[in-house]
Amino acid sequence: MPEDSSTQKAVREEHIRDAVIRLAGNSQDGIQSIGGFLARLAGRSAQEVMTYMTIPATISGGPSIFQVRMGTGEVLSAGDEADFLLAFYQHSYENHIGFLKEGGVLLYDSDHVEPDENDNRFVKVGVPISALTVEALGGSSREKGKNLFALGLLARIFKLDVAKLREIFKERFGSKAEDVLRNVNLAFDAGFSYPIDNVLDRYYNFQQEGEYEGPQQVTMDGNTALTLGLIAGGVRHGAGYPITPWSTIMEMLRQQLPKYNGVFVQAEDELAAAAMAIGFSYAGHLAVTGSSGPGISLKMESLGWATMAEIPLVVVNIQRGGPSTGLPTNVEQSDLLQAIYGSHGDCPRVVIAAQNVEDCFYSAREACEIARKYSVPVFVLSDMSLASRIEAFDEPDLEALMIEPTLDTEDRSADFKPYDLERITRHAPPGAWIEGGVFPQVTGLEHDESGHPSANPQMHAKMMRKRREKIQKLADELPASQIYGDEEGEVLVVGWGSTWGPIRETVIRERDRGRRVGHLQIRHLNPLPNDLGEIFARFEKILVVEMNDEGLYGQGQLATLLRARYCNPAIQSLCKTDGLTFKIKEIMRGVEAVSPSHAPSK
Amino acid sequence: MSTTSTPVKAERGVLTKKGLQADHPTWCPGCGDFAVLAAYYKTLEKLDLPQQNIVTLAGIGCSSRFPYFVNTHGGHFIHGRSLPFASGVSLGRDDLHVFVFGGDGDGFSIGGNHLDHAGRKNFNLTYVIMDNFVYGLTKKQTSPTSPQGFKSKTDPWGAFDRPTNPMRKILSSGATFVARTHATQIKHMMEMYERAAKHEGFSVIEVLSECVEFNKGSFDEAIPRKGGKFEIIDETEHDVSDMPAALALAEEQWPGRFGVYYEAKNEPTKNKLERDLIEASREKVGHKSDKALLAQTFASMR
Ligand SMILES: Cc1ncc(C[n+]2csc(CCOP(=O)(O)OP(=O)(O)O)c2C)c(N)n1
Ligand code: SF4
Ligand SMILES: [Mg+2]
Repeated sequence: MPEDSSTQKAVREEHIRDAVIRLAGNSQDGIQSIGGFLARLAGRSAQEVMTYMTIPATISGGPSIFQVRMGTGEVLSAGDEADFLLAFYQHSYENHIGFLKEGGVLLYDSDHVEPDENDNRFVKVGVPISALTVEALGGSSREKGKNLFALGLLARIFKLDVAKLREIFKERFGSKAEDVLRNVNLAFDAGFSYPIDNVLDRYYNFQQEGEYEGPQQVTMDGNTALTLGLIAGGVRHGAGYPITPWSTIMEMLRQQLPKYNGVFVQAEDELAAAAMAIGFSYAGHLAVTGSSGPGISLKMESLGWATMAEIPLVVVNIQRGGPSTGLPTNVEQSDLLQAIYGSHGDCPRVVIAAQNVEDCFYSAREACEIARKYSVPVFVLSDMSLASRIEAFDEPDLEALMIEPTLDTEDRSADFKPYDLERITRHAPPGAWIEGGVFPQVTGLEHDESGHPSANPQMHAKMMRKRREKIQKLADELPASQIYGDEEGEVLVVGWGSTWGPIRETVIRERDRGRRVGHLQIRHLNPLPNDLGEIFARFEKILVVEMNDEGLYGQGQLATLLRARYCNPAIQSLCKTDGLTFKIKEIMRGVEAVSPSHAPSK
Repeated sequence: MSTTSTPVKAERGVLTKKGLQADHPTWCPGCGDFAVLAAYYKTLEKLDLPQQNIVTLAGIGCSSRFPYFVNTHGGHFIHGRSLPFASGVSLGRDDLHVFVFGGDGDGFSIGGNHLDHAGRKNFNLTYVIMDNFVYGLTKKQTSPTSPQGFKSKTDPWGAFDRPTNPMRKILSSGATFVARTHATQIKHMMEMYERAAKHEGFSVIEVLSECVEFNKGSFDEAIPRKGGKFEIIDETEHDVSDMPAALALAEEQWPGRFGVYYEAKNEPTKNKLERDLIEASREKVGHKSDKALLAQTFASMR
């Protein structure tokens, strides 16, 4: 493939369905912000978008990448391999060239990178990005602006909508000093006008599938979507303590809630944060607390109290690699059993897991509904990969979804009991007058219907049943599970949380090659939907894919639960803990392992 | 520990001792905590607050059984975390009067960090630490306020560790009202409660409340009828707004003095600061409805 600009070649235009672009540099180069611009642009076009981002565990500088996959039609995963690698430094090149597809394009800053001359697997295009950026900006700003120069190059190569990009710059920088926006445009223009066709013999053009006519799209990361879901669900109060990757949610809530008549407290630790959130809920305002990794462990005693005292609460866990401080900036799904069982005693509560960025919004909102309806703590599980990944999705219909919070301090009748055995608990928050003049006690001791301590074993059994049965009632009310692909057949691939995208893409590919495969992503993990057993019976093998360890007995956490419940040996486990999201080929290999294909692939 | 008595019906707008009584206390006969409870009833009667807006909360310990014995909205939380729990209640609801009760282990040991931060934040609530210098509920282990040499089940040879100085700890937390009283002095207790309840901000009272079961006679030196001395702070001499003077009182020889050590009258509460932030934020967004606000945020992400 040519990399030499001496001979002019005819530039050809390639129509593509989607492209995976990996930007590799250092975190201070603003890689994340060009990634964000690309993502937002794609969201505003007819394209779908999914991004993948890694940030260094240390804060000051260090290697950083941003991978964006843009495409027409549904983009399901961040992509196993890149079609295009933009390397700012030698280390960026060396660490990421392995992710570039054969025949893919390596675009590099020739001021910093010397690619291996003997490696001819790629189209290598060197541009003196640093020098040209300095030149464009008059040398005053050192190498700042390299990211925008690079974005200009990409805009040229991928025929991006420049007018829309400029709009996005204006929104982002319009409120800053005038010369900021001017410099942004200068750097971008310098990149855009670089004669790239002298060195690269092709342009790409996303196949346009006509004008987009669906609902308006919004573009954001998972933590933002989750935060907005909490607000739509009527949460106006909460408390937390900083920890990656949960922190951005608490920062947003702290900044947003006062506008909504609410308050979010940065507490002294997670013990206090959980207790304070429960205090808000007890006072009549459904509240949220959340954390990641070790912080969730600290909340467990309070959460047990909330189950016992039957207080509604939303608990967010943005999972990361554990145990202990573990892999703080890597993805893992190893807190499922903790979410379900992590407090002492028999402590039923609800656990739901968001499967993509859009679902972060819907899961958070649903958690609020369930917490109120059943007066119970509800865990929302997300993870590191969803937290910072940007996706475009249909703008939610707030007319239908917005829940306005209410504080119910109406009088209660004389027969009001906080722990009525015949009903699902509805607390009377302080301020409510009780007609009989007897005020309720809310407690973590086993209690009778009025909330007074009771060590009577029969009462304990009854109350235990009350707390369990309301969760079982929720299971009865869950919608039927949705299977994608084959409703019966060789393999049902089961996942939970952020594995949704790679599993879906795997199943599409497997079906394309003629296999009878289905996909079931379980959103409600406690209680599990009631229809799983009957669904599992229709498949020869059930492959449970999760980012956690296979454990002592060879099964991941969800697989362990499903095996315990259904005693079905067809349930098999595919686990990994390498801190990275599943690749399509890893899941395809897993499918092959549990169910070898007889027919040659098409 | 189970309780059976049915509380006397309270009438709206009429606060009576009978209407405030709930379960009969399960404390040992002679326990100092009875008097702490009696003074609470009397103070509430005197303050004549709307009964449904009074909240009585606690952690875990003998002393923390308190809420069951009071006919108000009540919450019995977990060991050491009553303060953050109560802070959420207070911050969520400016219309409530929040009172928290607990022991020395609850407040100075497992919950010690929360005291410091409730102080910094100056939540609007009243916290009464019923200090008996011992772990009562768990039957006589060393507490953070147990004196050196105290023979407990965890230190049969006498405790080694130096005790927490309760008043110094409370003062340094940043609490804006700090007082000390004694369970044998009902009138004094009532006066301290009343002043604490009327104080805007985080008010903390240490009550020496004898555990007759596991630390009998521990506070006799402050009981006149047992030959001790109950010395009340003379506020014409002690300026309650003077922190160094308050700290000096905290350093006095056992049994020390009783009364208000410190009061900062104009320190804004967290409740007020957050309320002001809400008002300013609402103003800034033109008092839009929640739905309009959220719609606007989504629109900015198109
Ligand atoms: C997390 C936790 N650890 C330990 C206990 C056991 N425990 C209950 S009360 C208590 C100490 C009580 O002492 P104090 O707070 O001084 O109250 P008192 O009983 O003396 O009034 C302990 C250790 C508990 N309930 N929870
Ligand atoms: S053990 Fe001590 S503190 Fe507990 S009730 Fe008995 S006397 Fe009171
Ligand atoms: Mg004690």
